[in-house]
Amino acid sequence: MDSVQLAEKLRSLNAEAVVTEGKQFVEIQIPPSGLYSLARQLKENEDTGFDFLFCLSGVDYGHDLGVVYHLRSTKYGHSVVLKSRTSDRVDPQLDSVADIWRTAEFHEREVFDLLGIKFTNHPDLRRFFLPSSAGFPLRKDFVDDINIVTKK
Amino acid sequence: MEEPVKVAVDENQEYVINMGPQHPSTHGVLRLVLALKGEIVKNVEPHIGYVHRGMEKMCESITYPQIIHLTDRMDYLSAHINNEAVCLAVEKALEAEIPDRIKVIRTIMSELTRIQSHQLFWATFGMDLGGLTCFFYGLRDREKILDIFEETCGGRMIVSYNCPGGLMYDIHPNFQKRVKEFIKYFRKILPEYDQLLTGNIIFQERTRGIGRLSLEDAISYGVTGPTGRASGFSCDVRKHEPYSAYDRVKFNEVLFSEGDTFHRYLARMEEMRVSMDIVEQLIDNIPEGPFAVKLKPVIRLPEGEYYQRVETARGELGVFIISDGNKNPYRIKFRSPCFSNLWVLNLISRDFKIADLVAIGGSLDLVIPDIDR
Repeated sequence: MDSVQLAEKLRSLNAEAVVTEGKQFVEIQIPPSGLYSLARQLKENEDTGFDFLFCLSGVDYGHDLGVVYHLRSTKYGHSVVLKSRTSDRVDPQLDSVADIWRTAEFHEREVFDLLGIKFTNHPDLRRFFLPSSAGFPLRKDFVDDINIVTKK
Repeated sequence: MEEPVKVAVDENQEYVINMGPQHPSTHGVLRLVLALKGEIVKNVEPHIGYVHRGMEKMCESITYPQIIHLTDRMDYLSAHINNEAVCLAVEKALEAEIPDRIKVIRTIMSELTRIQSHQLFWATFGMDLGGLTCFFYGLRDREKILDIFEETCGGRMIVSYNCPGGLMYDIHPNFQKRVKEFIKYFRKILPEYDQLLTGNIIFQERTRGIGRLSLEDAISYGVTGPTGRASGFSCDVRKHEPYSAYDRVKFNEVLFSEGDTFHRYLARMEEMRVSMDIVEQLIDNIPEGPFAVKLKPVIRLPEGEYYQRVETARGELGVFIISDGNKNPYRIKFRSPCFSNLWVLNLISRDFKIADLVAIGGSLDLVIPDIDR
């Protein structure tokens, strides 16, 4: 399946998803409400078969907080990027995909620790590196007067 | 920090103890909280973060050429390959044309890095299982590669030889001669490794059938590198998405289906041979040309997202850059192989003895700074 066919197939999976063909990967934007069901479809659908989550990154887009999932199919060898973002910075919530791809459990814990995105239905959401009193250092509005030196 | 473990016996009548962070077999500051029934491991909970340096945050305020020097410090045994990942990502974003000479030298250096990393694995794995001789032999031979690195790059372990657009300096005039000498020497020595450890009956008894990882779990947990390939997961980036000069060499992807500790060990032994094959194909055919192309003095990536995968000695390293057009990245994420590989430890070492846990942990070949970043 080339990227045009793949994009066509992905469009048919979910009406809410916005599929674009990027330079490197086919990209899907999905609102948080449809994230879990689309993720499950991507893995379980015969023609897509994305069974390998090879990268999960949390991103602070300034106004929004989001998560980027890089997926690959070990059967077909094609890749896709799944993106979801929420505009709630006080209590950001996204569905956990830890029961679809087990590796997500630990990557999500890292994102929670550093960006403060809460993953609902996560089996064990605790902080990895930092005490619970610390802020979320990967956020762009994070301030630490002692340890971060800014050039004037 | 999280609550210290207060009770020695938990609700399942299991004895809870700490292994690490200063335990020699964890190969760094990794703390494993074990729940034990007698000598049987019932649960392993890794606690990480003892060497977390906030690299991703740090990268947001420095330039791309500076990032290269930070990536050495992630997986310090694959330092050269880490550098290459960032360089390739930057070059891809700038659409820079890279001459063949650079690609070939990078590939040779990567494969030498892989060999020395696997040599250290062999050395420490033997030592974990009680064979101290392995440690001396492994380090003795690894020195030879480090000497070659030192002559060309100036550094031995933390080489920082790559820079966006090429290499820091040209190879040393002795480079080809010494690499060929090393390959000749090591081809003779590698069977000795097998005689000393691989064929040893005590070693085999302690590793065969221990800590079996199935293919489904390997894919679901994102276990890559020799660890994943020992379970039959075809995940070699050099084969699936060739970068640098890997598209012009012939080599086989090492694959096993057993997925136990012994085959994870065997996969690395086999990979050393494969790496030597690759180096041999390239070492006499280094094309002439410049060792670096000139990029702009201040590198600004065009706005967008870039992802580059490379195969380090431990698995798939991904560099994900989001650029907003500035001279430093808006967000950079390192998908490090050890971070994903670590979490199968609980799955595969359950119901084995503590001594087996040491063997299984050793066969995952973890580098702790790569987990923490």
